[in-house]
Amino acid sequence: MTDTTPPLPEKARAAEGPWATAWRRLKRDRAALAALAVLLVILAACLAAPLYATYVSGTNPFATNLNGTITVDGKSRDVLEASTEGLGLGLTPIGPTWQLGPYMLGADNQGRDVAARLLYGGRNSLFIAGAAAVLCLVVATFVGVVAGFFGGLVDTVLSRILDVLWAFPIFLLAISLSIVLISQPLLIGPFEIRSGSLALPIVIIGVVYIPYVARPIRNHVITLMKSEFVTAAVGLGASPWRILWVDILPNVVTRIIVFVPLMLALNMIIESALSFLSIGVQPPDASWGTIIQDGQGLLYSRPAVALAPGIAIAVTVLALNIFGDGVRDALDPKSTVRIG
Amino acid sequence: MTATPLLRATELSKTYRVGRALLPARRRAVQAVSEVSLEVMPGETLGIVGESGCGKSSLGRCLMKLQDITSGTLEFEGRDITRASAARMRPLRREMQMVFQDPAASLNPRRRVGDLLSDPFRIHAACDRAEIPDRVAALLRRVDLLPEHAMRFPHEFSGGQKQRIGIARALALRPKLVVADEPVSALDVSIQAQIVNLLADLREELGLTYVFIAHDLSVVRQISNRVAVMYLGSVVETGPVDRVFSAPRHPYTAALRSAVPVPKLDVPRPARTILSGDLPSPLNPPPGCRFHTRCPRATALCRAERPALLPDGQGGALACHHPLEA
Repeated sequence: MTDTTPPLPEKARAAEGPWATAWRRLKRDRAALAALAVLLVILAACLAAPLYATYVSGTNPFATNLNGTITVDGKSRDVLEASTEGLGLGLTPIGPTWQLGPYMLGADNQGRDVAARLLYGGRNSLFIAGAAAVLCLVVATFVGVVAGFFGGLVDTVLSRILDVLWAFPIFLLAISLSIVLISQPLLIGPFEIRSGSLALPIVIIGVVYIPYVARPIRNHVITLMKSEFVTAAVGLGASPWRILWVDILPNVVTRIIVFVPLMLALNMIIESALSFLSIGVQPPDASWGTIIQDGQGLLYSRPAVALAPGIAIAVTVLALNIFGDGVRDALDPKSTVRIG
Repeated sequence: MTATPLLRATELSKTYRVGRALLPARRRAVQAVSEVSLEVMPGETLGIVGESGCGKSSLGRCLMKLQDITSGTLEFEGRDITRASAARMRPLRREMQMVFQDPAASLNPRRRVGDLLSDPFRIHAACDRAEIPDRVAALLRRVDLLPEHAMRFPHEFSGGQKQRIGIARALALRPKLVVADEPVSALDVSIQAQIVNLLADLREELGLTYVFIAHDLSVVRQISNRVAVMYLGSVVETGPVDRVFSAPRHPYTAALRSAVPVPKLDVPRPARTILSGDLPSPLNPPPGCRFHTRCPRATALCRAERPALLPDGQGGALACHHPLEA
C-alpha cells in the first residue's frame, strides 16, 4: 500500500468531545432545564434571605415577637392572638397575610416570621446537603478508586469496612453518630465540631452514604481495569499511575458527576429528617426540617408553618431528581445509577 | 538453525482458578494453555490456529506477559522473562507489542486518536515532545488514515479504521515482535483482506516478526510461514504452513482443513472429515490424548497415554500416536 490512496472527502470539523456531546444532550432535555431553572430560583431566593429580612419582612429569623401587633388591611392585629378555637385558651400565631411584608406566611408560636425563617432555613438545608455531598463524594471516590485499582487485600479490607457502615440502618447510624457528637465535641485535626455546629449534620450525612457511592465506583473501576483498553495500556508499557490517570479516572468522573444531583436530593431529605428529630440543625438556627417541627403543634390551626418548608423540600427534591436524571441521560446513557 | 529465537516458550501452561472454594480439595481449575512449547525465529510469522476455546488467546496474552504464566518458561531474545515483574517488563514492551481482537474495546473511548497514538512515544520517551504530532501524523498516513483524524474519537471510525489505529499504535515504536490476537475476526470479510495486506506490508517494511492468532485458516495461510495447530490448550501439530495445510498429519488438522469451504464448484473437494461431539470441557480434560474423544483413529493407546510433541523430521512437530501418512 502506498500513499496514492485518494483522500476521503473530509468535513473540516473538530471532533466533538464527550463533554460537548453530553452538554448538547442536556440542552435538548427540556424537563432537566426547567428543573435546573427551578433550582436556581430556589438557590437565589435562599441566598437573598438577608435582603428579604431587611427590606420586606423587616425582621430577622431569630426575633421573637410575643406581644407585638401588626397592621393588616388597615386593622391592627396581635401577632399572637388569643385562641378563638376550642376552649379559647392559649395563643394562636397570626396566619399568612399573603402580602409582601411582615408575616407573609404567618408567624410561628414564638412570633417569628415564617417566611424569613423559611429562606434562612433553606440556606442551611442547601448548604448542609451540598457540603455533605462533597464530603461523601470525595471520600467515597477515594475509597472506591483505591479499592478497585489496587484490588486484593486493599480491596478486601476497604470493602469490609464499607460493609460495616452499610449494615447499619441509615437513621440508626445517623442518630447514634449525632448523639455521640452532640455529647462530645469531635476533633478532626484543627477542626472542632461541637454540638449545634452545622458541621455536625454535614459529617453525619456525608458519612452514612459513603458506602452507597463508594461501592458502585469500586465496581466501575474493577470493570475498567479488566477492559481491553487497560490491557492495551499495560501492553504499551504504561505505568500504573499513568493508567489510573489516563484510563481510569476520566472514565470514573462522569459516574461521579451523575451522583451529585441525586446525592443532593437524598441529603436534603435526610437533613430534614434529622433536623425534625432535633439531631440535625440545632435551635435557634433554622432549617426546613426544624421549621416543620415548629409547625407540628400548629398543624390544625396554622398549617402554613409546616406546609411551607414541606413544599419547599418537595419541590427542591423533585427538581433535583429530574435534573439528575437529565444529567445521567446526558453523560452516561447506559447507566442505571441509583442510591439508597 | 543457529540463530536465537526471538521468542521461545517451553512447556508453557496457564491455569485459571474457577470459583472461590476455600478448601483446596474443592478448588477447580481450567487449564487454558497446557505445556505449549514453541519458538518464533526473527523475521518469520507463526500462525496459531484452533477452534474457539482452545486457548489461542490465552497463549497470546501469556506470550505478551499480559497475564501470569502458571508454569513453564518464556524467553525473549534469550532472556528469561517468565517471572519478570510488571516494572521490569515495561522497558521490554517497546520490543513486543500486541494487536487486539476487538479494536473498539482496545481504544479508550474518551481519548482522541492523536492522544492514543502519542502514548507509545510518551510512555517510552521515544522522541521530543515537540516531534510527537509529526510522528502521529506519519503513523496515521502509514496505515492509510489522514493526519486530520488525530482530532477525532475512536467511535467516529469504522471497525476496519479502528483496527488500523490499533495497528498504528502497536507499530509506533517499531517493535521486534507483534502478537496479533485475531486481528481481523471482528471485521467484515471485505475489510479483512485489507488489514491482512497492511500487516504484511508493514512486516516487509519494518522487518517485523508476527505471532498471528486466528481461527480462519485461509487468513493464517495468507500471512504465515509456519503454523501451530492448537487443540484444547495444547499444540498438536506445527510445521511450514503449506505442508501442514496441504498434507496434514494430525487427524485434527485434517479435520480442520476439510472444514474450510472451497469456493469453486468444479474442483474436486477433499473428503470431509466431520468430527462428532463437542470440544471437551477444559475443566475436565480427557485423559491420554486430548483429542481421542473425537478422533476417528483413536485406539486404546490414545486413551491411556498422552502423545508428546516430537519433531517430524520435516521442520515441524507432531503430537499423535497414529499420524496420517505424509
